[in-house]
Amino acid sequence: MSVLVVVRPGPLTTVQDLGRRGVAHLGVPRAGALDEPALRAANRLVGNEPGAAALETTLGGVALRAVGPAVVAVTGAPAPVRVDGRAAAWGAPVVVPDGAVVDVGTATDGVRCYLAVAGGIAVPPVLGSRSADLLSGLGPAPLGAGDRLPVGAPPPYRARPDLVPLPAPPTELVLRLRLGPRADWFTPDAVDRLRRDTYRVSSTGNRVGLRTEGPAVARARDGELPSEGMVVGAVQIPPDGQPVVFLADHPTTGGYPVIGVVPAADLPAAAQARPGTPVRFVPLRER
Amino acid sequence: MTARTVRRVGERALLVEVPGTADVTALYGWLREQQEAGALGEVEELVPAARTVLLDGVADVDAVARLLRTARPTAADTAHGELLEVPTVYDGADLAGVAALWGVSEEAAVRIHTEPEYVVAFCGFAPGFGYLTGLPARYEVPRLATPRSTVPAGSVALAGPYTGIYPHPSPGGWRLIGRTALLLWDTDREPPALLAPGVRIRFTARRAGGRP
Repeated sequence: MSVLVVVRPGPLTTVQDLGRRGVAHLGVPRAGALDEPALRAANRLVGNEPGAAALETTLGGVALRAVGPAVVAVTGAPAPVRVDGRAAAWGAPVVVPDGAVVDVGTATDGVRCYLAVAGGIAVPPVLGSRSADLLSGLGPAPLGAGDRLPVGAPPPYRARPDLVPLPAPPTELVLRLRLGPRADWFTPDAVDRLRRDTYRVSSTGNRVGLRTEGPAVARARDGELPSEGMVVGAVQIPPDGQPVVFLADHPTTGGYPVIGVVPAADLPAAAQARPGTPVRFVPLRER
Repeated sequence: MTARTVRRVGERALLVEVPGTADVTALYGWLREQQEAGALGEVEELVPAARTVLLDGVADVDAVARLLRTARPTAADTAHGELLEVPTVYDGADLAGVAALWGVSEEAAVRIHTEPEYVVAFCGFAPGFGYLTGLPARYEVPRLATPRSTVPAGSVALAGPYTGIYPHPSPGGWRLIGRTALLLWDTDREPPALLAPGVRIRFTARRAGGRP
């Protein structure tokens, strides 16, 4: 069985699969890849099941030495890929010979790259998933230099794509918004302004939430909401009025009112939007 | 069963609002039964909280919303959880303060806390942290003005209407009244949390100096 040894962990690299299900009532966040289509694509390129565990990098890439041969594929944010210093393909299967170093450089655009390896990252699962959950600390810790990542047995050969189409990281992030469950905590004018005004992706966001900056969203009422269950894509409005879009590591319950929920289809782009990217919220009409 | 509001949450979730925490426990117990009986179709998560139960990852949101508006869970649904005994040494740093807030001796405070049967109303804050209800409303206590930077795992503590037991060492603003040696959270165990929603709890006082 091959091993990947971490040569350069990058600013934040974590193991991610599709996350944990059925444990939110115990206070366990879902976790899992923020850009799920990119994870699935990387796995398809190396012949894995689409939800196999892979690496999610953050802006600065990662470098790994293969002990035993490995086949990898990098998707998500476009980034230079090198094997022992030689340029290799992004978005396609790449052979890494025994002893060679595969280096994913700084993303040229977008935020998060996904590096899948044939056989998957075979760290032990916790509660049904290998994902690192940075809110509660479940699953493997973020990568550190010298870490040894076990690689699973290579999957049986199956027809696999040479290329998969992936959307480019967004230059403007358009987030549709299904209003509720607490839209009534805000003035009708606040919803209108959310539709008209432009926000920007803040640099303080993380895997818990995409933070946005712009005109404060005004509440129609004071007081506190008793904590209630939260979903991925929920747009919470904290007291400072700056919308936060909940991502995979979000807490299972929260006490700030949720003005609306971003559909799952719009969240991969949110995971790739760099700080400063303009954000437009598009409230959907009620059916 | 009391009044209920069903709110849509995005494309695949529903939030059911009820008047009180006891109603949450009844509704959650009923929903678990319905889920096990297959009456809800595919539902990924049932998340109880203080006044609500969230259903997330619902395949047929409209059908489940209709069912929720017409169904009538009964109080009998509350008492379904298993009973867990929590042996506790009542020597917490805030026991004297809690006794003073209640206007009783420390011994009487321990009797007050071991008297009721509790139920885990919901979890949150950290994996395996349960919010236990059962203490009469007159014994509510405010959180500490200044949270502690570290609270040891196993600490039994009070805040507002709730009793909690810290499953992991963590910062915390609850008033510490005791400690238990029970391992509350273990990812190698099924279920990983001893304090899952609906579980009933009895605290029993153990002598200080002995093993809790």
